[in-house]
Amino acid sequence: MWFNRLNLKIARIHLFSKKKQTVIASLGVTFGIAMFVLMISVMTGVNKLLEDTQLTSTPHVRIYRDVGHERPTLLSLYNSGDTNWNLVHHQKPKDEPLNLRNGLLIARSLEKNPAVLGVSPQVSSQVFFNYGPAQLSGMLVGVDMEKEDRLYNVRSKVKSGSLEALVSSNDGILMGKGLADKMQVKAGDKVTVTTPKGDVVLLRVVGTFQMGIGAIDNVRCYTSLQTVQKILQQNTRYITDIHVKLLDLNKSTPLAREWQDRFGYRAEDWETANATILVSFTIRNIMTGVVVMTLLVVAGFGIYNIMNMTVYDKMKDIAIMKATGFESKDIIGVFISQAAFIGLMGAVVGLCIGYILSYLVSRVPFDGGEFLSVDHFPVNFDPKFYVFGIVFGVVTTILAGYFPSRKASKVDPVEILRG
Amino acid sequence: MEKVLVAKGLNKYFTEPNRFQVLKNITFSVEKGEFLSVIGKSGCGKSTLLYLLSTMDTDYEGSIEMKGQLLTGKGQNELAKFRNKNLGFVFQFHYLLPEFSALENVMLPALKLGEYSKEEIESRAYEKLKLLDMHDYALKKSTKLSGGQQQRVAIARALINDPAIIMGDEPTGNLDKANTDTVFNIFKELSREMGQTIITVTHDRDFANSSDRIIEMSDGEIIKGN
Repeated sequence: MWFNRLNLKIARIHLFSKKKQTVIASLGVTFGIAMFVLMISVMTGVNKLLEDTQLTSTPHVRIYRDVGHERPTLLSLYNSGDTNWNLVHHQKPKDEPLNLRNGLLIARSLEKNPAVLGVSPQVSSQVFFNYGPAQLSGMLVGVDMEKEDRLYNVRSKVKSGSLEALVSSNDGILMGKGLADKMQVKAGDKVTVTTPKGDVVLLRVVGTFQMGIGAIDNVRCYTSLQTVQKILQQNTRYITDIHVKLLDLNKSTPLAREWQDRFGYRAEDWETANATILVSFTIRNIMTGVVVMTLLVVAGFGIYNIMNMTVYDKMKDIAIMKATGFESKDIIGVFISQAAFIGLMGAVVGLCIGYILSYLVSRVPFDGGEFLSVDHFPVNFDPKFYVFGIVFGVVTTILAGYFPSRKASKVDPVEILRG
Repeated sequence: MEKVLVAKGLNKYFTEPNRFQVLKNITFSVEKGEFLSVIGKSGCGKSTLLYLLSTMDTDYEGSIEMKGQLLTGKGQNELAKFRNKNLGFVFQFHYLLPEFSALENVMLPALKLGEYSKEEIESRAYEKLKLLDMHDYALKKSTKLSGGQQQRVAIARALINDPAIIMGDEPTGNLDKANTDTVFNIFKELSREMGQTIITVTHDRDFANSSDRIIEMSDGEIIKGN
């Protein structure tokens, strides 16, 4: 065995007779692991915050009618075949309403799907808010607030007023906080809204909400389905979007494809809609990985160097130990257990320091600006990182200690003892 | 008398920088309890011969037998175990482990052998140190001892497992006159009173003259004493 009691005892005496060297070697690992913990906690903390913010306010699958969606030209229908070339310049979409036919039925059938957490049928319309002489563009979204709340937890995002006021009134709107601030309106104020068709209606602000994403808070207003249908002068079956949340986010792509084929409307999954954000997540994760690996590899080389030095230092001891009957595996055991001890000690201290640093960072005030509603740095205290840190720290040091140890075990005692 | 060591037809070559025959057809045997000195000028191959006998150098032609066991051709680990049990070494330098006390240094080969409990090994180590008049220094760090004292601790270490043979490579080469005498007397005592087989390589004529038998070497051959 490599690690019998005698070898461990020799290793221990070696380590404790050179405390300074042992501590310095451990510090390399400590620094590497501490930085690893800090980096990965902060990086994944930021990623998680962005992902959560993004996910809580976007649907996993959104079903809507795409303008001019894959409509073949009349010419190609009439004059089809491989030998014919049809050229239609600047084809325009047909004039047709933007609604989903049988939208409510589709929503009801989706609700029965076991993979679905919630479905919210909506009517959304581009509108202008008249603010004195200026016109601010916004999005008026008619929803069944009960269902919308289940998807996006709107209730917790309400900053002033209440959801009940919206449900009970027939001209009330819940305005995004960014938009409300811009227009300097409060709950109870009335605003003038111009529809795309040119109609002007008066609506009452019953409250404000904040999702934490500027792109939503600065444009969106919630109201009831009926209110928007009325403004657009449409019937009560008029639905333009269906938002779906799933139990498992990762199923969004295949399910969206299935639904697109089934219902004949565009079904867009979360990953497609947020491709740029996903790419930035991936890049950040790769960067974190690279930095962390570099830190640990540097720490590993530090240990390799020190173990190499120790082996050179102990050449005579190794020679006499071999002369008096110690085998190669004993020598490997003596030196590799030193490396393992250095690694373990360094890693444990590193984890503690890493935890303290991450805690301090998580207390640092951080202004997320208009885009993110956070007041402190987001830090992810996942125990997984700590386990990984200690495993990786010890494995790296054992590897870094193995090569010098093997060299030590191959020392030819004759060469050294002959002097 | 019982033969403790038999060497037959030993040939050894150095290949660096040029191929060169260091030992030429060396054949001799050592009897139990014999105190043998190998002498000769520098470069005559006497140290090389000792390292072949020590089993640490395995690159040779011929055969070496100890205690009726053929050692030629055995693996490194097996040889290490054999050395641990049957051979004790005293070199020109003491080669004590600097971080350990004199007592611990003496105990190490026995702890490796693992035939006795730790307490027994400790009392045995004390005994050996007492034999060499070093028991008062047992708990001192080996680096805190004088050269002669260190060499005596090294001899105690060689004795700890009651080896069949003690091998010395210029064991007094680094000592002053007084210490040389001490070490020499110890060797003689071990041989006379305890029947310890000893093989030493030396270029000290006086030292060699008072041993039982002298083998003189020149240019890789035994020229006298076989």
